[in-house]
Formats: sequence, structure tokens, C-alpha cells
Amino acid sequence: MKYLSEYRNPELVEHFLKEIRKTVTKPWTIMEVCGGQTHSLVKNGLLSMLPENVHMVHGPGCPVCVTPLHLIDKAVHLAEEKKVILCSYGDMIRVPGSKKSLLDAKALGADIRILYSPLEAVNVAKANPDKEVVFFAVGFETTAPANALSVIHAKHLGLTNYSILTSHVLVPPAMEAIINDDTNVVQGFLAAGHVCTIMGMGEYYPLVKKYKIPMVVTGFEPVDLLQGIAMLVKQLENGEYKLENQYSRVVNEDGNPAARNTITQVFESSDREWRGIGMIPGSGLELRDDFSAFDANKKFQVDIPKAEENKDCIAGQILRGLKKPHECSQFGKQCRPSNPLGAPMVSSEGACAAYYHYSHTEEQMETI
Amino acid sequence: MTNNKIKMNLSCPMPKLDFDVITLGHGSGGTLSQQLLDSGVFTVLSNPLLDERHDGAIFNLNGRIAFSSDSYVISPIFFPGGNIGELAVNGTVNDLAMCGALPKYLSLSFIIEEGLTMIEFWDIINSIKTACDKAGVQVVTGDTKVVERGKGDKIFINTSGLGLLHPKAAIHLNRIKPGDKIILSNPIANHGMAVISVRKGLEFESEIVSDTRPLNHTVKLLLDQFGDSIHFLRDPTRGGVASVLNEVASDGKVGITIFQKDIPVNESVAGACEMLGLDPLYVANEGVFIAIVDESIAHDVVQFLRQQSDTAAACIVGHVCTEHPKQVILASTIGGRRVVNRLTGEQLPRIC
Repeated sequence: MKYLSEYRNPELVEHFLKEIRKTVTKPWTIMEVCGGQTHSLVKNGLLSMLPENVHMVHGPGCPVCVTPLHLIDKAVHLAEEKKVILCSYGDMIRVPGSKKSLLDAKALGADIRILYSPLEAVNVAKANPDKEVVFFAVGFETTAPANALSVIHAKHLGLTNYSILTSHVLVPPAMEAIINDDTNVVQGFLAAGHVCTIMGMGEYYPLVKKYKIPMVVTGFEPVDLLQGIAMLVKQLENGEYKLENQYSRVVNEDGNPAARNTITQVFESSDREWRGIGMIPGSGLELRDDFSAFDANKKFQVDIPKAEENKDCIAGQILRGLKKPHECSQFGKQCRPSNPLGAPMVSSEGACAAYYHYSHTEEQMETI
Repeated sequence: MTNNKIKMNLSCPMPKLDFDVITLGHGSGGTLSQQLLDSGVFTVLSNPLLDERHDGAIFNLNGRIAFSSDSYVISPIFFPGGNIGELAVNGTVNDLAMCGALPKYLSLSFIIEEGLTMIEFWDIINSIKTACDKAGVQVVTGDTKVVERGKGDKIFINTSGLGLLHPKAAIHLNRIKPGDKIILSNPIANHGMAVISVRKGLEFESEIVSDTRPLNHTVKLLLDQFGDSIHFLRDPTRGGVASVLNEVASDGKVGITIFQKDIPVNESVAGACEMLGLDPLYVANEGVFIAIVDESIAHDVVQFLRQQSDTAAACIVGHVCTEHPKQVILASTIGGRRVVNRLTGEQLPRIC
């Protein structure tokens, strides 16, 4: 398939692997920020192809994984209201809340609809004027423009029965929090390609400069990832710290200004709690006052007791790159996709799910 | 059943009826039920055994018999390339064929939600007739129930089927042995992606159509030709190819290796899977079979299948091995290896 098979080309894969092997002389710890990158690394067997000195750790870029427990509980609670139709991206509905997941609530009769686009949720609201339609708006900068656009559309249509439950998170503050953590081991980042498609590269220069840490904006296919790693290893070996762009076929310096404007028209930045990590200042997006009528948090007063996370789940350490999924005592035992203790075992972008689905046996683990 | 048939000469156009939607009365067993059956099911599907209108069909079958049953609850009931009616025929026909049987008779039961339009019902009945003719089977008994609105989803269909075992068939999990080759009869994931392309909330424009088709004629020819060298057959419907291969490997004695580069996926299907973040190995098929065959005849089987119009893209995609018992391993196009696990729940589209 054009624009896809080229980036899965075995000769190019070998070419970049050779380049990495040739360049690397000492151990480096590299974090791929996005869960999509983690999955591609594991699914394509790339981790076992890299030289021992290149140590990949997996980042927090899984929107479903970092959505706080109490927000999932809130979504479940809203969905159980008779008047509410709760719409969500597919990934979100299996993530366990403190008592149940949205999928459990759906089985018990809640009207929960899996959608591919938030604009479809606006159509649902239009078609069901006697119902309240709530869209569970989770995601990074990638989903923010479409979620913002749904609010603009709803306002334009004069809908009063549409709102969004926002759990929007931003990548650069999270990267900064990881760098600043006392236990940080990350020496270079593969920045999230699709986030930069929207936001451009401007936000990352200050991070590179301030923390003297190299970054390469990287795509998701095997050739993308290996080329990104090769570029990063070269910088690390040369003692350089620059922001480079491997994913230039999709990402440009400015990103997508129209999408960025849509985000800023509807959202403003706010402090945000990340599941497993904690509060990160300025790392979230909230609806601006002009759009507060569409804010499910303000529209529905839901008082839910704050729930405790499962003590056996080490998702926080995994999301910060401090531990690998198979280093968790519960991995593949108590915690499986069919009975997840934490979100990374559920989401299609979660590191634990990637390890479980593609390499969960002990023999396989030894090669990772 | 009664013999006071209302004689109507019906052809394909829908009969003129006093009703245009199906109501609870059509499942009551009374006059409305009779009208519905006479105007539709009995006339369109007419054959000597069904025309007896007994409580059940009575016939002779001599030899070893395969018996299979399946229920069809697909939504939407009409999808690109087919509808629930032909799916219900082909599904059970194919289950029988995978046992090594030659399908002969079907039962056909409807659970209809009140409000289904007669036009929809008529289209479904006619599709059932066409599918039966194509597969060479007859509906010989059945049932119709109507449930209140909200208690069903337009229409559910159950079909059960009987078939005589092919005299040369010896198909069983325990006949699979290391060295056997794994053959796919057709490109995969067409049905699942065709259905998802019209599912509410996920609609996208595509040219993908379901691959629903009867596989019994091809399987018969295959067994005529290769007999007990065909060790195992299975149609990878729900859960896709990955689920069938995991089932084969799960008995613990053998492992399975498949090669990503050899797995046939049409380009538009591969594109839709990429877009939604779905793995074609887990997507449903309705016109594909997996044959696990003796190594010595594998290439002949592929050549033979490629000469049949329905299986022109057949190919070897992997083999049975002893190296990693219980596991299905995929050798990726770029030279990596990974486990192909069982699916947990339904595949869901990803966020970004």
C-alpha cells in the first residue's frame, strides 16, 4: 500500500539497524513518548532487533491510560442516568473504573455508543433532542481539534443537549515532568509524531535547550522508528542535543495552524491529574468560559467519592519509563486484558497490552 | 399444519398484502401468521419436504451425518455484499462443509422484532432462496416468532443443517501434525470490514463488500481429489484467522508459524484496517476457509484451489511446527517475530 509498504520495507529496516549498530558505542536509554510507537515497536518485533546498548523505555503517551480513575467513574455514573447517551472512542470503554468499566455499564443497560468521530456525537444529539448526549473527550493534542470542533458545531446548531466530559492532556508538560523526576533515566526522546502534526515543533525547542536533551520527532512505522532511533543515537554519541524531525512527510515546523486555532478557540490550558503519575501543572485542556454550556463537568453535578487505585498496579512507574510491563508481579497473572488491574493493560496504546498481546510468554520476555 | 393454503402465484416482486410492517399478530399462530408464511416463506422456499407442512420434516438419510446449528444476529441486517438471510444459509452450509459433509437440509427459524418492514423481510426471504439454490440445499422445516419492539434487533435467524459426510473425509484436530502446511483459500477480513464500514457511528466510504458465499462445492472437489490428506478445515468467522489458529495450537502438542508477507489482504481492506487500528487477522470472514494439509500435497492443493473461481487467490501462509507448542507466531515482513494471541473481547477502534 502506497505510503505504508515503503515504511515496512525489510531492506530499509536492515539499513537503519546497521546504522544504529555502527554508531552506538555505549548504553543509551531512549523513551518513545507515544503509545502508538510502543505498540509498533513490540508488534513488529523491533525491540529484539535493536543492539543491547539501545534501551527503549515506554512513555506516557496513551490517553486512555492517563485518564484519572474518578473521571471514568464520572463517565460511568453519567452513562447510567436514564436521560443520558454517553458517546466514547472505542478504546475507553474497557478501561476499569473503581467499580465498573463503561462496557460493564453498557451491558447493564446504559446507552453507550462507540464512535469514531466526536462530530458523530453531535449528530446523535441532534437526532435525540429529548436526551442529553455526553461525549467523553479524552486524548492528547491529536484528538483535541476534532473534539473542539464538535463543540463549535453544537453551538452553531444551537444544541443545548450536547456536552463533553474533557480529559485532555498535553505532551510537552508531561515530558518535562519526566525529565524533572528524581528517578529519571531517559537520555533522549522520540517525540510523538502525530501530536507534532497538529502542534508543530515550536514547543519542543525550549525543552531541548533547557534540559540539554536530544529529541527526534518520529513516526510509527518500523522504518520511521528505526530511523528516529538512528538519528537520536547519533546525537547522543556526538554529545549533541537538537530537535530533529524524522517524520517530515507529515510534520512541519508550524504543525497545522487551523487545527491549533480551533483548539485555542475552545480550550484553555489547566492543571491536570494524570492517572498513575499525579498532578502536572499546565498539562491539561479545559473548555473556555464561552463554551461552559458544553462542559459536562459544569452541567452535571456529580459527587463521586475519590476511589483508590489498585495497590498492586505499577502503571505509574510504567508510564514514566521506570519499569517494563513484565517487571510487574501481577503481569499476565492477576492482570490480563480480560481482567485488567490498570489501564495500560486495556488500551490499544497501553504498554502492558502491547507486551501481553505480542510477546507475553517468558521466553519472549527475555528477548525484550 | 393446516392444508387450506391460499393459492397465490408469486414471483420475485413482493406480494400485495394488507400490511407493510410485521406486528406481534404475525407471530400469534393465527390468521396473520398464516398470511405471512403463505405469502412469503412457503411460496418462495417451496420444495416437496417443506410443502408437506408437517410439524417437522420426514426423510431418509443413509450414512454418517454431520449436524450443525448457528444463530445470526448481525447488525445492520443489510450490509455491502449481502444480508442476514444469505449469511444464515451460507454460515450453516459452511460449518457443515468444514466437517467434511455435503450439506443437504436446513431448518430456518426467525425471531422478528415487531416493526420490521415487509420489504425488508421479503428481501431476506428471497436472499435465502437464492443462497439455498447456490449451495444446493433445501429449507425443510422452520419457525417464526415475533417479539415486542425493543426485545430484538429487527430480525434474528437460526439455521440448523444436516449433511452426509463425504466418504473420503477425515477431518479432525488430532490429525494435525508437525510439517503440515496452512492454506488460506481467499483474502481475509472482507466481511468484518464491510460490516463495520456501515455500522452506526463508524461509517466510512469504501468499496469493500462481504465475502459471504457457500464453500461446500469447493470443499467437495477438494475432498474428491485429496481425501484424507486434508487434515483439518475451518472457516474463520468471528475472531478471524488468529482465533482458529490459536484453537489449533491450544491442545499443546504443536505450534504454528505464519508469514505476514504471505497472508492475502485486499488493499482496500488493509487500508480500512490501518485507519481503524484493527488487525485483519482478527476480523471476521464469511467466505474463507483454512485448510491444514499434509506437506506432500500442499502445493497441489493450492494449484487446485487457484483453478476454482471462488478460491483463485489461495495460498500457503504457514506451517505446523514443534518449536513453540501452544503458540501462534507471526514472522513479520521486516524480519521480526511476535506472538499472535487470542482476542480479548471485541476489537475496538483506537483513539488516534
